[in-house]
Amino acid sequence: MMRFTTGKLPLILLFLAGYLIAAGNTAVVLAVEPAAPPAQETAAAPAAPETPTPAEVQKNLDFVWTLVAAFLVFFMQAGFAMVESGFTRAKNAVNIMMKNLMDFSVGSIAYLALGFGIMFGASSTGWFGTDGFFLSDFSKDADKWLYAFWMFQVVFAATAATIVSGAMAERTKFSAYLVYSAVISALIYPVFGSWAWGSLYHGNGWLEKLGFIDFAGSTVVHSVGGWAALWGAVILGPRLGRYAKDGKVMAIPGHNIPMAALGVFILWFGWFGFNPGSTTAGNPDIARIAVNTNLAAAAGAIASLLTAWAIFKKPDGAMTLNGVLAGLVAITSPCATVTPMSSVYIGGIAGVVVVLSVLFFDRIRIDDPVGAISVHGVCGALGTLLAAVFHEEGFTMARLGVQALGVAAAFVWVSITAGLLFFLLKKTVGLRVSEEEEMEGLDYHEHGNTAYPNFQLIEKR
Amino acid sequence: MKKIEAIIKPFKLDEVKNTLQEIGVSGMTVTEVKGFGRQKGHTEIYRGAEYMVDFVPKVKLEVTVAADTVPLVVERILTSARTGKIGDGKIFVFDVEEVVRIRTGERGREAL
Repeated sequence: MMRFTTGKLPLILLFLAGYLIAAGNTAVVLAVEPAAPPAQETAAAPAAPETPTPAEVQKNLDFVWTLVAAFLVFFMQAGFAMVESGFTRAKNAVNIMMKNLMDFSVGSIAYLALGFGIMFGASSTGWFGTDGFFLSDFSKDADKWLYAFWMFQVVFAATAATIVSGAMAERTKFSAYLVYSAVISALIYPVFGSWAWGSLYHGNGWLEKLGFIDFAGSTVVHSVGGWAALWGAVILGPRLGRYAKDGKVMAIPGHNIPMAALGVFILWFGWFGFNPGSTTAGNPDIARIAVNTNLAAAAGAIASLLTAWAIFKKPDGAMTLNGVLAGLVAITSPCATVTPMSSVYIGGIAGVVVVLSVLFFDRIRIDDPVGAISVHGVCGALGTLLAAVFHEEGFTMARLGVQALGVAAAFVWVSITAGLLFFLLKKTVGLRVSEEEEMEGLDYHEHGNTAYPNFQLIEKR
Repeated sequence: MKKIEAIIKPFKLDEVKNTLQEIGVSGMTVTEVKGFGRQKGHTEIYRGAEYMVDFVPKVKLEVTVAADTVPLVVERILTSARTGKIGDGKIFVFDVEEVVRIRTGERGREAL
């Protein structure tokens, strides 16, 4: 029988929504009033109507590029949804879709309410921002850039959040995942983000002051998501039947490899917004960043293919798909400060490491159905370190030290907060579905229907 | 009347169908099935872990014909479905008591 155990959760969510609307209204009212354009310098010469200055053209270009890039990064949500559902079983496909849909939706509101202010609000300590909640910063100077910048940042926050759903796939309680989505977007991701990126807006972070390089977020976005995924998978435990008593790793094949491949293509495409868009300016820098991004992905694919081929005697598709993502994650930090040739090396190293890392986590019995911990956590940290190794101005120990400090800070911060979050969820709402639900599929038990009702599914497990 | 049930390799279905049509078989039913015999299964590898696929995909073809044509039909299936390698499948022949065409109510050989 179906059991809807969410209990009071809808009530709590409703209450929360009411609060958000009440708190948000004041910000909206303030925001609507002073919409007068700040640029009034043409008052002296009424002739030559509406000829924009070069600075205005550049500003428009910055807006357009940043927003187009934001939309590309948004599309990566579809990529994650395809990769994760393709790599998991048909009986959990609705659940994966719902998690990917809702972590973006819940995350957007959480980032509006708290996340953005913590990450980019004015900060006296360098540890977190303290204003700009509910987009209220707009009332200060009525600069529409806030909207462009917020849009670009919210899709990044959602990327960090959605990484986790893959590692926790096929066994996590939906209600617990909703709570997690809100907390990572409101607190875990923004606090670390403020350390590395705060000064991109009104904040200032202790880590960036040391010279930490994380151009588009190998650590800020991917490692943060990856380490949260690690603790989620550890606290959940492996899927039923994943590891035999004698220690053998039992394969649980994904139900649709073409779907996973489509997801990887979408992510690769979206990454052209993720990395080049992180200039948040329409300038010539985006060209080399795009080239670097592409080369690292290609090198990651080739290196992981060869590694898998050597180890398994077959050119394994699933591992090669992971290799593309590993290269992309690794180049995300250094993409603006290395040469194209270095990008090939960085992607290649990540492609080898990701295969070994996937095997390693299986050996220590941490079940990650899609390889999210290896791709985002491990290769995110790797890319951040390689940013120092391959820096175009040469390698220095000092730079490597700062990069290592940033990598370690991310691991410690996320381990403490995400670890605590998943532990508390386990003790309260419950983190894992029952054995029966897991065997029959989360789709039917959590959501009351199935992804492919017109197909009969014969599954081993 | 006899029913001939053949378990064959999926990629042989078209050949078998064509050759049966040539000798005047006017209808058949096909089902996608999984199973194993002497062929057993095979191992596949997914993300570094090998696993056994015990049930191999096959096609089950059912055709009901007049008893006197059974040897010809079996012969045709035998030649068209054979690759000579393990896993070519099996043919079963059953007695059929009655056949009724639902639209017209015709019975027996008329209904085939």
